[in-house]
Amino acid sequence: MTVADPNLYDYWPYRDRPKIVWPGGKKLAFWVAPNIEFYEFDPAKNPGRAGWPKPAPDVVAYSQRDWGNRVGHWRLMELLDKYGLRGSVSLNVALCDHHPEIIEACVERNWEFFSHGIYNTRYSYGMDEAQERAIIDDAIRTVEKASGQRIRGYLAPALTHTERTLDLIAENDFWYTCDLFQDDQPQPVKTASGKLISLPYSLEVNDVITYGALGMSPARYTDILKRHFDQLLEEGEQSGTVMCIPLHAYLVSQPHRIGPFEEALKHVMGHADDVWFATGAEIAGYYRDHCWDQTQADIAAKGCATGGKGFGHGAA
Amino acid sequence: MALPEDYLTYPHRSYGMDQTLYPWRPATERPKIAWPDGKTAAAMIVVPLEFHRLNPQGKPFKHPGAMQTTYPDLRHFTTRDYGNRVGVFRILDALKARGLKAVFPINAVLLERVRPLVEAILAGGHEMAAYGWEADCIHWSGLEQGVEAEWIGRTRDAFDRAGLKPRAWMSPARQQSFQTLALIADAGFDICLDWEQDTVPVPMQTDKGVVWAAPLSNELDDRTLLTVRLQTEDEWADQVLEAIRLHKAEADRFGGQVVGFTLTPYVSGLPFRMKTVRRVLDGLAQDDAVWTAGLSEIVEAARG
Repeated sequence: MTVADPNLYDYWPYRDRPKIVWPGGKKLAFWVAPNIEFYEFDPAKNPGRAGWPKPAPDVVAYSQRDWGNRVGHWRLMELLDKYGLRGSVSLNVALCDHHPEIIEACVERNWEFFSHGIYNTRYSYGMDEAQERAIIDDAIRTVEKASGQRIRGYLAPALTHTERTLDLIAENDFWYTCDLFQDDQPQPVKTASGKLISLPYSLEVNDVITYGALGMSPARYTDILKRHFDQLLEEGEQSGTVMCIPLHAYLVSQPHRIGPFEEALKHVMGHADDVWFATGAEIAGYYRDHCWDQTQADIAAKGCATGGKGFGHGAA
Repeated sequence: MALPEDYLTYPHRSYGMDQTLYPWRPATERPKIAWPDGKTAAAMIVVPLEFHRLNPQGKPFKHPGAMQTTYPDLRHFTTRDYGNRVGVFRILDALKARGLKAVFPINAVLLERVRPLVEAILAGGHEMAAYGWEADCIHWSGLEQGVEAEWIGRTRDAFDRAGLKPRAWMSPARQQSFQTLALIADAGFDICLDWEQDTVPVPMQTDKGVVWAAPLSNELDDRTLLTVRLQTEDEWADQVLEAIRLHKAEADRFGGQVVGFTLTPYVSGLPFRMKTVRRVLDGLAQDDAVWTAGLSEIVEAARG
């Protein structure tokens, strides 16, 4: 049985919402999410999706992603260092086993990690509850062992979900999911237990979309990032907004792209007085503590609270 | 094996159209339309509000914007929903700031779900149109007998319950069956946004009454240009404004014409696109020769 509407959150019009004032009175919470991924050379098969678009081994695609970890990651990390920005890493947690040097470098910089599954070539489609619990538990334990951090965020591997995914991470005391794209502000997710929010991540300004799917030029990507930031900053004065730049070193760190990307970062840094530079868990933690209740009250006051929970299939 | 003999017979091969909905009429013979207040070009802004279900059937084809990955495709469900939650309010604000009116076709299933949005649209003085039951209910000639009439009746009932009496209909994906026009006429709709056989409204005759075609440009569709053809925001904007410029230049010869174009909320309402949307709206609002109007107003003015 499938559903037309996942009921993971209530409709909530972006007008006359209670204002979010970020720490320090900032208008916009800004975070950068480098995806640090490992794609397997010969992935196990999933009935819902092929491991690679072409028959394995897809050597060009595989080696480009390997380049991202060998070369690209370090270039991107140094660029973020230059502007004092800490990454929130969307991590395929097997990377802790494959490339611990990267994990150590991120830990040294006090970067945050959140789970992006085990490998980007292992999908959630078709998993039973025990299997999905296993990959969540694996992620928590693996990152804790490698970094000492308890992860609080989740982005399903390759954006593959089951109907249970968000209930399971909420039950495991995750604070935020990056899997929902319905807003430029956070919102409580209707899970069976826990206190989970949807945190604005982005596909529209995500380099895997702009470079990978849409084939944009570096100059165009920079232009879009600037325009996106300008609009959200302007609105943030009224509403309090979130902007994330999700990145993949195998794309953005290419020698012909990292320079133009720096121009976008410079533009953002030029408005530093109005921007809260934070990590995913910092934004989610602040929202859970200061904005959760006002949001729920506003949704109810606007007559938009429908009850139930995500994929509740009509059950209360 | 050859094709049947009647494949080379042409029963409608004669002067004019091959259907009876409306006669052939070249632009050169079209009576000149005069828009109100001496305006020489009309602009019709269409903001389509769609519900894209998580489990679409996709028959006979997937509606533009439908789910793409294995169920549950939360990625596409939520990016479409963004338009109805956030993007459309940016568009409403931009219209209001310039005193411009638009038409908002809305899937009937959204009427209750997004009630605060419906109220905001009405408060802004905009026109609403019926946009079928939902995006996944595509009207086509392969539907079983009675299904299409049931969908249209159910849609009209939902608008009635919401206290709305739209005159205009747009079909999901602008797809019709051979019966659609008569069925919507029977349900009390006398304007349709699916047909664009002219750049002015055209009356179409059905067994159940007249339905006016109000031209909405497929070739200026923002979703197609920006997300399928991957043109830049500025390329899209330049084309909309160029169409207006040309209609103004043609006004002496051809009278008033209409540029109908979409602002799809989950596409044009994204933060990075709004600067360009504002440029287009400025181009309309700041041009004394341009009449940006609601759909019914345009049809009434064309009817004369």
